[in-house]
Amino acid sequence: MLFFPAAQQTSHVTGTEILKCQHLRKTFGDLTAVDDVSFAIEPGQTYGLLGPNGAGKTTTISMITGILERDGGDVLISGRPHNTTSTWGKKQIGYVPQDLALYPDLSARENLRFFARLYGLPRAGIRPRIEEVLQVVGLAERAKDPVKAYSGGMKRRLNIGVGLLHGPPLLILDEPTAGVDPQSRNAILESVSALTGEGVAVLYTTHYMEEAERLCDRIGIIDLGRIRAEGTRRELVGLVGELDRVSLTTDGTRDVPELEALPEVRKTSVQEGHLEVMVQDARKALPRILAAATDAGVTVRAVEVHEPNLESVFLHLTGKALRD
Amino acid sequence: MRAMLLITAKDLRQRVRDRSLLLMAILVPFGLAAIFSLVFGDVEDQQAPTFVVADQDRGQIATTFTGQALAPLERRGVLRLKKAGTEQDARTLVERGEAAAAYVIPAGFTRDVLSGRPATLRVIGNVNARIGTFVARSVADAFAAEVRYVQVALAVKGGGSPQEAVAVAAPVTLENLAADRRQLSIGEYLSAGMAVFFLFFTVRFGFSSILDERRDGTLARLLAAPIPRVTIAFGKLLGGIVVGVVSMTVLVVAAWLLLDARWGHPVGVGLLVVAGVLAATGVMAMVATVATTAEQAGNVHGVVAVLLGVLGGVFIPIQQMSGALEVLSLLTPHRWFLEGLADLHGENAPMLATGPTLALLGFATVTTGIALTRLGRMLRT
Repeated sequence: MLFFPAAQQTSHVTGTEILKCQHLRKTFGDLTAVDDVSFAIEPGQTYGLLGPNGAGKTTTISMITGILERDGGDVLISGRPHNTTSTWGKKQIGYVPQDLALYPDLSARENLRFFARLYGLPRAGIRPRIEEVLQVVGLAERAKDPVKAYSGGMKRRLNIGVGLLHGPPLLILDEPTAGVDPQSRNAILESVSALTGEGVAVLYTTHYMEEAERLCDRIGIIDLGRIRAEGTRRELVGLVGELDRVSLTTDGTRDVPELEALPEVRKTSVQEGHLEVMVQDARKALPRILAAATDAGVTVRAVEVHEPNLESVFLHLTGKALRD
Repeated sequence: MRAMLLITAKDLRQRVRDRSLLLMAILVPFGLAAIFSLVFGDVEDQQAPTFVVADQDRGQIATTFTGQALAPLERRGVLRLKKAGTEQDARTLVERGEAAAAYVIPAGFTRDVLSGRPATLRVIGNVNARIGTFVARSVADAFAAEVRYVQVALAVKGGGSPQEAVAVAAPVTLENLAADRRQLSIGEYLSAGMAVFFLFFTVRFGFSSILDERRDGTLARLLAAPIPRVTIAFGKLLGGIVVGVVSMTVLVVAAWLLLDARWGHPVGVGLLVVAGVLAATGVMAMVATVATTAEQAGNVHGVVAVLLGVLGGVFIPIQQMSGALEVLSLLTPHRWFLEGLADLHGENAPMLATGPTLALLGFATVTTGIALTRLGRMLRT
């Protein structure tokens, strides 16, 4: 279990927004890093802030965690105003910074003990809680070793473990998989899924579209400090109005006019050895497309279905790729 | 308070594991002080020179010279005396290096003096013992001047015995105030100088480690933790102070035990050490606020510590500085610390070095205050 037993939890409000950001704004000199950012997260929900490097994700998180003073807007934690001096609000947040934030000369256990005491965990509960977290992040065997002797993946896992330590109802993960190998990345994503299953609200920033699609209930696409669009994955894709694309690899170069008659099909085009079909809902229409092609005497050797994803949504909204 | 102590304890644990602190705080300053004491300690601890006296006169004036001029100096340990039967014996002892110089009092010396005729007191010096020879000549010169004074006194009285002339009061007398002079020995001065010099490198690990936390990413975690921000600063300052006090205490005790340093009343020395550590911590904290990275802070700290050390008399004694530099040295905690130790030194020294201790506390208050007003600049990720 990743989360604290109910008796040890800080007041974990259910049924209401655990985090609400309203019109957040932050400038550095002439640069407006965050401009009118608003969103909310409910318990058990994962909210993704998806945007390229420099979009304003970390600055937004810094204002939410109370690290950075904001120039405008409000942050409410379980309905209470929150700022850089709110100790109650800070206790509700588990923060996993983008950079590794660990003391390399101390062991994993010493790092965890320091932060456990800093967050005011009851003395009697610290030891079992540390052992619990060490088990969760898979470092129980190496708990006595100095962190500087750990691999990158181990450090990443401990970095997350520190954020989980005090059993916060709101977990904020700032690009937690940056520079992590695929195996560790998968473990991290599974852990986050498990946390939301236990009722923890998660704010997750990433510039990996696949992670946002896999994890997040709601996604805010952020660029140049502004939320460009927000909603579920399906809502965002629908917002853009892009069509699915079915690509058929055929024996020859032959048009199939019968396809145009199908209600889902919007457009077809023929290229050397390929038949491209733009369609409203590819999964639903695919059997009829294949049947029509076969009836027209076309031999289909391979089929590829391209559904519009957040990458294309981002491209549509900002005119640039996510990793630009 | 609990969070502040937690941060201090965590910092101390990190520092203890960092061997460079042990090197910088204790081993290097003590090692340098010990080496300097060995090198320069000879200046103070040189053996008294041996002088040979070949008294071929044995008259009243010759006896006065050996009994009233040389013997008291031997009793005070300034010199050691040997007797030789002849001038040749004395010369041989000097040539063999067994004596630094020889006095040869020729036969008829007393008679010549009492009759007002020119008399000669010969000094034979060893060319390899210039200081000893110089001392021997100085003693002889002083005695000759005294004899001349007696002869002048006799002439002024227009007769009388030499004893009567000696009874005439000297026109000018000197009072020896050496017992009250508060002055550290060379070994003590070097030990204290090295200790306070390296103290500035030791305490910089405190406040400026905020920049280390920023570099390592852990400052963001501290700022996100449910503790007041100023707690971080005070925790860091306290860490530097604890390390500073421990290192200074070890150095003071080690110098006392191993280098035979005499520091004065423990209460006064203790207060002076604490005030010195507070001043050093404040100065280095203030300096850290001008830096933006840990590396930059390390460079600026090094320059400031060396400049203040040189100006404060750690390497060049204050007495040898020009007037302007001596005045400027008052702007360094080093000067006040060393002066405080000198005040506490000596048989009639006070229990507390009040002035220097207050001056150091003044440094601490002003510099720490400036550092705290610039805290916002430090506590940003």
